[in-house]
Amino acid sequence: MIKRKLVIIGGGSAGMAAAIKAYELGEKDILIIEKNAYLGGILNQCIHNGFGLHEFKEELTGPEFMSRFSDKVKELGIDYRLESNVLSISGNKVVTYTNKEEGLVEVQAEAVILTAGCYERNAGAIQIPGDRPSGVYTAGQAQLYVNCYGYLVGKRVFILGSGDIGLIMARRMTLEGAKVLGVAELMPYSAGLNRNIVQCLKDYDIPLYLSHTVKQVIGDSHLEKVVIAKVDEKMQFIPGTEMEFDCDCLLLSVGLLPNVDLFNKLPLHFSKTRGAKVTQAMESEIPGIFSAGNVLHVHDLVDYVVEEAREAAEGAVAYLRGELKREGHVYDVNPGVGINYVVPQKLYIDDVKESCSFKFRVTKPMKDINIVISEGENVIKKIFKPAIVPSEMEIVRLKKELFKKEGSEIKVFVEERK
Amino acid sequence: MKELICITCPRGCHLQVDDNLNVTGNMCPRGAMYAKAELTHPVRMVTSSVNVISEIESRLPVKTKEPIPKELIFKVMEEIKKVSVKAPIEIGDIVIKDVLGTGVDIVATKNISR
Amino acid sequence: MFDVIVVGAGIVGSLIARKLSSYQLSVAVIEKEPDVGNVVTMANSAIVHSGYDPVPGTLKAKLNVLGNKMMDKVCEELDVEMERIGSLTVALYDSQLPLLEELAKRSKENGVEVKILSAEETLKLEPHINENVKGSLLAPSAGIINPFTFAVHAMENAVDNGVKLFLSEKVVSIKKEGEVFSIITESGNFYQSKVIINAAGIYSDEIHKMVEPIDYTLTPRKGEYFILDHYSDDLVKHTIFPLPSEKGKGILVTPSIGGTYLIGPSAEAMPSKDDVSTDKPTLDEIRRQALDMVPSIPFNQVIRTFAGSRPTPSTHDFIIGFAKKDNHFINLSGIESPGLVSSPAIAEYVVNEYLSKIINLKANPSYNPYVKKRPAFSKMSVKERQEFIKKNPDYGQIICNCEKVSLGEILFEMNTSVPPKTIKAIKKRTRAGFGKCQGGFCQPLVLKLISEKFGIPLNKVLFQKEGSFVVPYKLEGGKK
Repeated sequence: MIKRKLVIIGGGSAGMAAAIKAYELGEKDILIIEKNAYLGGILNQCIHNGFGLHEFKEELTGPEFMSRFSDKVKELGIDYRLESNVLSISGNKVVTYTNKEEGLVEVQAEAVILTAGCYERNAGAIQIPGDRPSGVYTAGQAQLYVNCYGYLVGKRVFILGSGDIGLIMARRMTLEGAKVLGVAELMPYSAGLNRNIVQCLKDYDIPLYLSHTVKQVIGDSHLEKVVIAKVDEKMQFIPGTEMEFDCDCLLLSVGLLPNVDLFNKLPLHFSKTRGAKVTQAMESEIPGIFSAGNVLHVHDLVDYVVEEAREAAEGAVAYLRGELKREGHVYDVNPGVGINYVVPQKLYIDDVKESCSFKFRVTKPMKDINIVISEGENVIKKIFKPAIVPSEMEIVRLKKELFKKEGSEIKVFVEERK
Repeated sequence: MKELICITCPRGCHLQVDDNLNVTGNMCPRGAMYAKAELTHPVRMVTSSVNVISEIESRLPVKTKEPIPKELIFKVMEEIKKVSVKAPIEIGDIVIKDVLGTGVDIVATKNISR
Repeated sequence: MFDVIVVGAGIVGSLIARKLSSYQLSVAVIEKEPDVGNVVTMANSAIVHSGYDPVPGTLKAKLNVLGNKMMDKVCEELDVEMERIGSLTVALYDSQLPLLEELAKRSKENGVEVKILSAEETLKLEPHINENVKGSLLAPSAGIINPFTFAVHAMENAVDNGVKLFLSEKVVSIKKEGEVFSIITESGNFYQSKVIINAAGIYSDEIHKMVEPIDYTLTPRKGEYFILDHYSDDLVKHTIFPLPSEKGKGILVTPSIGGTYLIGPSAEAMPSKDDVSTDKPTLDEIRRQALDMVPSIPFNQVIRTFAGSRPTPSTHDFIIGFAKKDNHFINLSGIESPGLVSSPAIAEYVVNEYLSKIINLKANPSYNPYVKKRPAFSKMSVKERQEFIKKNPDYGQIICNCEKVSLGEILFEMNTSVPPKTIKAIKKRTRAGFGKCQGGFCQPLVLKLISEKFGIPLNKVLFQKEGSFVVPYKLEGGKK
C-alpha cells in the first residue's frame, strides 16, 4: 500500500485550488485523483465568460480560468493521476482508486479532501410524466456535446429550468442555429443571474414562462412534443393553462446535486445541501476527512469554490500538523428564519486563527432586510441587504474576537426592517 | 426613464437611465458605461467553438477579445463557422483577425498541445 | 429456408431459441426491435415468483413452479444474476388473515413451500414494514433476477450454438404454400420455414391472426414503476407483496439486482399496446399504496420512473398450443406474470409437448449450454482484482462512475454474438447509465465507444429505437 500525506479526490477547480494552497503552505506530499483525461473538471466545457472576476479581477472563460490553475499545478510539480476513479474511501483514510496503467491502487492517506463536484438532477429524478424517448438531455450533457464534441443535440429546443446552465445553453444552442422555443421555470422567479436573463433570453427573444413546468413528454422513438402548464402556490397544475410545443429536444436545468457517493458508506451525517456536515475548517465528522466546493454545497461562482477549497486545504494542513484540536468551546451553527442552510454546521472557535466564514442562502427573494448572526441570545453581526435572492450564495466573514464563547448555538437568520 | 439590468458582472445591478443618459442604481462605474452603451450602441461578447485538427480535442473554444456590436452577433458566428484550426494552440492565439472589420480579434481560450 | 422460425426475441423467444439450438435444426429468430428483450421483458418487476399465487391446475401454476426450480441451473449456465431473497405477502388488516390461509392452501396444491408468520415474526424479518401488519406469508423460493442479461445471454447462447438472429425486422404477413410458411417483414425481407413458433409478446395476437381467426383477446395492461437509488441496504431484504386482488399481484416493494429498489407496478388496461408512458395520478397512487406497506420508503431517492405493458389474456391463463388450423404454427400468447420465472419451463414445454410431436428431434452433439462467463468483479478480493486488471488493463478504466462499470466490461459485451450497438443496449448489459446520474456523465463516453467499435458516425448512433439519434447534428467546420 502506498502512503500519501494528502489525497485530493477530484481535480476540478476545487481540487486544484486546494492542492496549490496546501503546497504553498509547505505540504508537498499530495496526490490528486481525477476521473477525466484532463485537470479542470466541469470548467472545460463552460466556454462562456463570467469566471474569475473576484479571483483574477478579469472576466475569463471557463477553460481560461481552469488553465491558470492546471498550469500552476504542473509548474509546482504536484502529483496527479488522470482517467482514474476512486472506488472507496475507508474510515481510516485508505483511498482505493483504479486506472488502466496502475490497475487497482490502495493509498493510505493521512488527510483526504473530497472535491468531487456535483451531477445534474435528471428527468428520472423529477419523474417527468409521459414517454421516455431520446431527445431529453440535461443542460450539461448538451453543453459537452456542443462545446467539446461539436454536435448539436436538437434544432427545436425547449428548456426546463431557468438556472444559469439552462440560460447559457439557450444562448449557445441559438448561436449554433437551433430555435429555442422557450424556458419554463417552476418558481415565480428565475433561478439564474439577472445578467443571463438579459444576455441569454432577452437578447434572442426567448420567452420565459415563470410558474410553469413540464406536464408531459410526448414522443415514440424520439422527442416530438412537450406540454407545459402553469402551477399554483401549492405546485399543482392549473387546469386549462396547458401549452404544447413541437420540439425535438428538451434540456433540463433543474438543479445540481453533490457527488457524495464516496461518503455514503462512512458514518457521516449530511446536511440539507446533501453535502457532508463540516466544521469551520471544512472537516467532516471524521477527523482528517475534508470536503469543499460543489460536493459540499452547490456554488454559483467558481471564485467562491476556490476560496472554500483553500479553506479546506488550510484545514487539512493544520490537521496534518496537529493544530486542528476540535477541543474547547464548540458551537452548533443553524439556519433560522428565512435561511435555507448554513455552511459550516459546527464551529470550534479555538481552532480559528483569525476569522471564519459562514455561507448561506435565503429561502426566497427578499427586499430590505437584515441578515443577523447571533451567538446564543446576543447579536454579533447585522448586515443590511437591500435585495437578496436564493440563487446567490452569501458569504459573511467574522473575526475571531467577535465570538464571546457564550451559549452553544450560532444562528443565522433574516430580520425584517420595521 | 428606462430600466435595465447590467450584464457587466454577475451582480446584475438594476439600473435606471433617464432621457439625458444619467445612470443610477449602479454599484460601480462600469455599470454607468454599460447603460449608456446599451441604449446607444449595444455590444456583446461572443463565445463559441471552432473545429480543430488535433489528436486529443475535437473543438477549440474561442471568444471575441472585446465586445462587438450586438447586431453583428450572428454574422460573427458565420465567420467563426468558416474556420478550422490546427494544433498546437495557445490561449490568446488569434483565430480570426479583425472580424468583420470591427477591430476585434477572435482568440483561442484553451491550450491544445497536439 | 429454416426448419423453425421463432417470432419474437423476448425472454420466451430467446429461451425457446436456445432450447432449439440443442437439436439439429436450422433456426431463425425474427425480432422487430433493434435489440433482444426490448419490450415486455425489459419493463417488469424482475421477480422469480415462487408460484403460490396462480390458480392450481392452470398452466401458469405448473410452469411457474417448474420454472422456479430450473432457475439455479439456467442462471448458472447463462451467467445471470439471480438471488433467492424470498418474498413476504403481508396482511395489513385482521380481515385479510383468512386470505393468507387461503394462499397457504393454494401454495400446498401448487407444491410450493411457504410459511405463515405472525406480526412479530414479520417485523423481526423486516423491521421497516408497517408496524400494524397482522401477519405474512413467507415464500423462501422467491427471488429477483436481472431480466436484461437473462434474455440477452439466452439469445447469445442460442446464436453461439447456430441460431440466426434478425433484429429490426417487423413481421407484416405470413403465408402458407404447401408445407412452407413465408414471412414478409416491413423492410421487404423474405423468410421461409416449416414451423413457426409465435413468441411475439404483446403483439402475439396480431401474429396469430395472420394465420387464423383467434378466439381470445390480449389486453395491454400497463404497469408503472419507481426506481430508488442504492443509498443503503437497509430498507427491505425480501420482496414485499400486498395480498393479491383480481387486478393482479399488486404493488410490490423489492430490492433489485444492482442494489436499487423497485416499487410498483400499477395495472391499468390500456387501449394501445404501445403506451408505456407514466402519469402523475398513477404514480401518486403507487406511492400511496407502497407507503401503506413500508411507511419509511424515501421517495426523495427516486432516480427514475418507467412503465411496461403486459399482455393479459382473456382466458386468464397462458395460451400455448398448436394453431387450430395448422399444427406447424405453435402459438404462445398472453405470457404475462409469471412469464419471466416460467420462461425456462415454457421452452421445455413447447418442445416436449408440441414441437417433438411434429418434428423428429435429434440432439446437437456440439451444443454448449454455457455462455461466455463475464468476470465476476464484485466477488473478487482486492488482490484478485489487482491481478486481473494487470492482465486486462481495460478493466482498470471506469466508464460509468455511478455504477462503477469498467471499459473492459463494455468491450467484452461488444465482442459477443448479440453485441450492443445502442446506448440502451449497453445499459441493459452492463448497467452503465442505470445509476443516479442516469447516464449524465457516461452517455457521451459510451457514445464514442459505440461509434469507434462499430464504425457508426457519432450522429448516427441510436439511443434505443430507430430514429433515436443521440447527437443528430454535426457542427460545421471550415477550411483554413
